[in-house]
Amino acid sequence: MPLMLALLLAAAGASLVVGKVWLPPGVLLDGLSAPKPNLAWLIVTELRMPRTLLALMVGATLGLGGAVLQGLLRNPLAEPGLLGVSGGAALGAVIAIYFGLSARFVLATPLLGIAGALLAGALTFLFGRSGTLTLILAGAAVSGLAAAGLALALNFAPNPYAAYEIVTWLLGSVAEKEWGQIALCAPFMLAGWLCLAATPRGLDALTLGEAQAESLGINLNLLRALALAGVALSVGAATAMTGAIGFVGLVAPHLVRPFVGYQPSRILLPSALFGAILLLVTDMAIRVIPTAAELRLGVLTSLIGTPFFFWLVLRLRRLSP
Amino acid sequence: MTILHADNVSYGIACRQLVSQISLVCESGQFVALLGANGAGKSTLIRMLTGLEKPSSGQVWLDGQSVRTIDRRVLARRRAYIPQNARTEWPVAVERLVALGLMPQIPVFGDLDRQAWRKVEAALAMCDLSHKIGQPATTLSGGELARAMLARALVGEPEIVIADEPLSGLDPKHAMDGVARLASLARDGRLIIASIHDLTLAARYATHVAILRDGKLLAQGPTASTLTASCINTAFDVEACVHGTGAQAIVDFIARADAPARPSAA
Repeated sequence: MPLMLALLLAAAGASLVVGKVWLPPGVLLDGLSAPKPNLAWLIVTELRMPRTLLALMVGATLGLGGAVLQGLLRNPLAEPGLLGVSGGAALGAVIAIYFGLSARFVLATPLLGIAGALLAGALTFLFGRSGTLTLILAGAAVSGLAAAGLALALNFAPNPYAAYEIVTWLLGSVAEKEWGQIALCAPFMLAGWLCLAATPRGLDALTLGEAQAESLGINLNLLRALALAGVALSVGAATAMTGAIGFVGLVAPHLVRPFVGYQPSRILLPSALFGAILLLVTDMAIRVIPTAAELRLGVLTSLIGTPFFFWLVLRLRRLSP
Repeated sequence: MTILHADNVSYGIACRQLVSQISLVCESGQFVALLGANGAGKSTLIRMLTGLEKPSSGQVWLDGQSVRTIDRRVLARRRAYIPQNARTEWPVAVERLVALGLMPQIPVFGDLDRQAWRKVEAALAMCDLSHKIGQPATTLSGGELARAMLARALVGEPEIVIADEPLSGLDPKHAMDGVARLASLARDGRLIIASIHDLTLAARYATHVAILRDGKLLAQGPTASTLTASCINTAFDVEACVHGTGAQAIVDFIARADAPARPSAA
């Protein structure tokens, strides 16, 4: 755990340094102490710091959300995307962009994103109430619905630029966000984290299956509601800010699980930290990899995450013939 | 003295009555075996007795209080439930699995203290699992896993242990060990309720039996006077004879000469 914190701090520090304009620590400190505004100070406070903070918050949200959902569903393939929450959030945000609401009202994108995530989460919960398998199926159905809605929005995009804007936004990025946008989403993410922080006990009990967890005094309906509300709030707000960033929620819990003895409650914090580290490092990689147009964050996480997903499927197939 | 009283309970889904109007009184010190063919309503009755399932009509009383109104954590401390084919979802260590049974005892954000770990060790020792400490629970054999689940149920020292087919899938030795362990728990003053398919083991170890057929209670009472050949015949549709009582009891089934051999209906 101290190792992970150190890694996280190192990654966050490095994230301030790395980019098109390199700011070695010396220059960075000079800039901070020199009379403001100066270039280094501007780059750090207006570009790098929001970007770093956002990557950190979104990564932690995805790692935490994935860990809670995997514990709740006892399914190692679960992640916020699986329950349709990410899809719902993306659809909500795209509606804001498509109808031009975001131009008239700055808060429209995040608010509709959260609303979409909540709606998708509630829908999944409503249809999948009777058990784990039905919950996953309902999540797949809601994801499909959200994808159809997105396709519809693209289909009726008023002009090529709107379509382009939607598509680029969907690819996911933590770049070029303002402090104001972060401040708007932060309370929702925080509220989501608090909901998720109430789940570890129930997740541990679910190690024994639903019947025994219930017999141990766990209120399963409350647990599901807390997990879904927490994921919808935090992931909804995160997705509305950054677009869809996949696979962090899948990968992070897996990589920390063996180190904490597979106990669901002990995975949450390391998984959140690891998700943050993962997204910070990926975001730095994007800035360093020389491409004509900057590689989008969601694209790279998907490129890295998909082989991992295949590996997981293969391993699961071997474990349960 | 703990008294668990099913008071005229029924349970139905979609106009099918799974359990109808069963009344059953169980007291501490008893080992009550629930007997009946597949689909007779044993599991449903068990879930209602644990308080997890709400009866469509009727009530289950624990010392005069409806189990559905008892605080779920208080209830969790008083009775333990082992469902059919209980298994573990993650490869947690055996002692961690057993420690989950202490969940109703420890405060919400507390962790296990030394005293709690002593209880876990005692429960593991009672179920002959001390040598398995540190081993992932997913690598246990069927008999070991059944013992681990029993240890998990016992670690919180509940007054009532309710188990749904705790002997299913166990070989003869482990099945006998398991049922003997349940019987000794009852002798220590706990109330044990378990559904059991092996009638010989039930005849030997259970103090009381309750026999179900088609969701109705066919007979209930002390094992020796209740588990009779005619009663088994009615409940299971097989000819049977019961030899002896107590530790020597044997329940035998007789193939009917006139009936064609058919796929097992039991």
